[in-house]
Amino acid sequence: MSVPYAKLPGWAEYGLIPLVNLAVAFLISGLVVLIVGESPLEAAYHMVNGAFGRGEYIGFTLYYTTTFIFTGLAVAVAFHCGLFNIGGEGQAYIGGIGVVLACLAFDRTLPWYLVFPIAIVGAAFFGALWAMIPGWLQAKRGSHIVITTIMFNFIAASLMNYLLNRVFKPMGSMSLETRTFDTGGQLPKLDWLMSIFGLSVGSAPFNISFVLALLAAFGVWVLIWRTRLGYEMRTMGHSPAAARYAGIKEAKIIVIAMMISGGLAGMMALNPIMGEQFRMQLDFVQGAGFVGIAVALMGRSHPAGIIPAALLFGMLYQGGAEISFEMPSISRDMIVIIQGLVILFAGALEHMFRPAITRVILGLSPKTRDAAVTKGA
Amino acid sequence: MSELAIELKGIDKSFGLVHANRNINLKVRKGTIHGIIGENGAGKSTLMSILYGFYQADYGDIIIDGKTIKIRDPNAAIAAGIGMVHQHFMLVENFTVLENIMLGAEESQILNAGITKARAELKRLEKEYALEVDPDAVIEELPVGIQQRVEILKALYRKADILILDEPTGVLTPAEADHLFRILRQLKDEGKTVLLITHKLREIMAITDEVSVMRRGEMVATRTTKDTSVEELAELMVGRRVLLRVEKGEAKPADVKLSVKNLTVRDGRGVTMVDDVSFDIRAGEIVGIAGVAGNGQSELLEAISGIRRAKSGTVLLSGREIDVTGNADPADLRRRGLAHVPEDRHHVGLVLKFEESENAILGYHDDPKYRRGMLLDVDAIRADAEAKIAAYDIRPPNPRLKTANFSGGNQQKIVLAREMERNPDVLIIGQPTRGVDVGAIEFIHKRIIEMRDQGKAVLLVSVELDEIRALSDRILVMFAGRVVGERTPDATEGELGLLMAGVEGRKEAAE
Repeated sequence: MSVPYAKLPGWAEYGLIPLVNLAVAFLISGLVVLIVGESPLEAAYHMVNGAFGRGEYIGFTLYYTTTFIFTGLAVAVAFHCGLFNIGGEGQAYIGGIGVVLACLAFDRTLPWYLVFPIAIVGAAFFGALWAMIPGWLQAKRGSHIVITTIMFNFIAASLMNYLLNRVFKPMGSMSLETRTFDTGGQLPKLDWLMSIFGLSVGSAPFNISFVLALLAAFGVWVLIWRTRLGYEMRTMGHSPAAARYAGIKEAKIIVIAMMISGGLAGMMALNPIMGEQFRMQLDFVQGAGFVGIAVALMGRSHPAGIIPAALLFGMLYQGGAEISFEMPSISRDMIVIIQGLVILFAGALEHMFRPAITRVILGLSPKTRDAAVTKGA
Repeated sequence: MSELAIELKGIDKSFGLVHANRNINLKVRKGTIHGIIGENGAGKSTLMSILYGFYQADYGDIIIDGKTIKIRDPNAAIAAGIGMVHQHFMLVENFTVLENIMLGAEESQILNAGITKARAELKRLEKEYALEVDPDAVIEELPVGIQQRVEILKALYRKADILILDEPTGVLTPAEADHLFRILRQLKDEGKTVLLITHKLREIMAITDEVSVMRRGEMVATRTTKDTSVEELAELMVGRRVLLRVEKGEAKPADVKLSVKNLTVRDGRGVTMVDDVSFDIRAGEIVGIAGVAGNGQSELLEAISGIRRAKSGTVLLSGREIDVTGNADPADLRRRGLAHVPEDRHHVGLVLKFEESENAILGYHDDPKYRRGMLLDVDAIRADAEAKIAAYDIRPPNPRLKTANFSGGNQQKIVLAREMERNPDVLIIGQPTRGVDVGAIEFIHKRIIEMRDQGKAVLLVSVELDEIRALSDRILVMFAGRVVGERTPDATEGELGLLMAGVEGRKEAAE
């Protein structure tokens, strides 16, 4: 028997608890840094400074944030439908095909603002396609989505390996990447946005796809809470039996939800390919698909939570890189430990401090105190 | 015999803002059967969970046999001589009776010695309390009544002197319930103390020596059973006078609205759950299906409402066939005038995590009136929910409140409002008042009669025989997937009980 959790006020539920979890994760990370023989305070300084210290750093942080918003939204959409899409990594990777096809075809003839929409459609299309197959297998064959999407990550990696080797690599080149796009395949940076705050974006690849990510977040909110499709997806997610009772077509909704999820993951490819490298490189996703799971968990699968969660992970990525740069005895792997701890406390151990926090808050609230007084009388 | 087996002093328990038990005082005399009665959510289960160590009380003392003790977990409760028979049995289905009884009391890593000992002890207990069961039978092959006996034996094997039974008759036929009561009286004669949790007033009157009534987390009264009445107890439970009899006029059956012919349904394992069932329901009548839970009623409802595919047979809705063996679509059936109040409102009829207003459109969410362009019209949905809340007196009247936070009765009203307000031709209702408080039962029964009087065809399935008899114009009894008899509501409980147990039915079906 589990003790039901009491309802907490919104600020505690969505503010305090995540913050406490984060604080504990950072505290333990600090201990690890201490064990390695470095100063945790210095590490913390480099983390924050590296993420927000200069316009350029902020640019990098927001660049990573953009990526994580897409993959976080992808996981969240599937999650609302009760599907655990672990395949964001592969879907983002395959989404790259759509971006590359658009850019290679039009980068020399069309301006970026015409190539961009085509690339968006391409990225979403290929990502959706890659997610559709596991979705269909789940809906029609009962193959568990977690297993199939994991397998599809590997298949995607092999497929892209092949494509980069045999199809996309220019003749004579030794490195596994496409040719560099012309101006039509290069997204403009958001330096104007940074300059409003008197900051310079410098060399950071903070680009227009950040705006697309924010629009996508709003779009996901509308989809989930304001459309019939979203309603049906949530019904499925909470109770498949209720969905069947309501006449919701289970198989159809599963496939559609997975396609939307895959499409969002695929759109992540726009950011590194058109926004940073201006070409597609081997393994450009770099684990962002998996970070998306943590982002969605932390953000409670709500766009308003996913954006700050993505920002947090963007900060960890950027600031973490800075730590390993400034403090040589802390390797890049240390950053993985910190990220792992954040995921552990914010995701897996989300409820660890809840009973204590509940007791403190409800113990302090006047309502319960009054109740206690009347009871005594 | 005035020694106290259990004394609770000032027990208080809150779950956050929910004050489940308020300053509960209770005295249970040794060697008596003590009933605890109250509506759903009155705090009975919480109190028993505290006594059995699932929860800890925030304040208060538990005194067992004159000793104040702390019960931190069920092991402590067992050590103090308290045994519990849960509403949902805690038995390992694919273990034998003996293995289940030993479970948790094996005594050593090697089982042989323990098995011999347990077998001997079991035999002794069987003899002492007339609780015969085959120790080598596998649980899943036993009828529920016997499974319950195993639960009781399990408690006795652990040397329980105090036995708590939580809603023990919910899954039993009247005959099985009678047998249980005989066992309980025997236990009492042997000096055991029995604490019986129930919401059925008749059971309280039939078997208890004393009864305590809970309401909204408080213990409002304790009465000696022979000095009280059903009416008084009902009033104490609800806090106001309750109409226990349903008032209804003559049925005026008209055209056949729902016609089921030779319907056969199998479950996922291929077991036939509904076996060649045929019946008609006319506009303006209520046909009740009586039967012990698990005799095919659920599958029957699911097949008619398009949720579960039938093996064979036909169903006509207002004269037009429903594709029950193929792709019957619940959404389509709704449009054709079939409303369905499912048996399990928690998992089927409602999405508990949704706002109330979102549940008020479940299944009807494709109606254009809830849409504005591509989007859902949230204002229209909430306005619609508010209208239903007012019409059905759903409390608290807040369409934005999470459905899980409504009481059982109000949740059921949310489902009923949704299905009834659509003005369907045929209404099929499963367990309309399961887990619903007495006050709401009265309301729900009235509404069902009203639907009939408006000329709807109503199919009612309930495991509460009283409810079936009170509401139905005709009663069909299901046993082992077959309709084994049809009776009028005047049929005696004994007669229906025999049919439900499959005794009379076999003869009749053979004829």
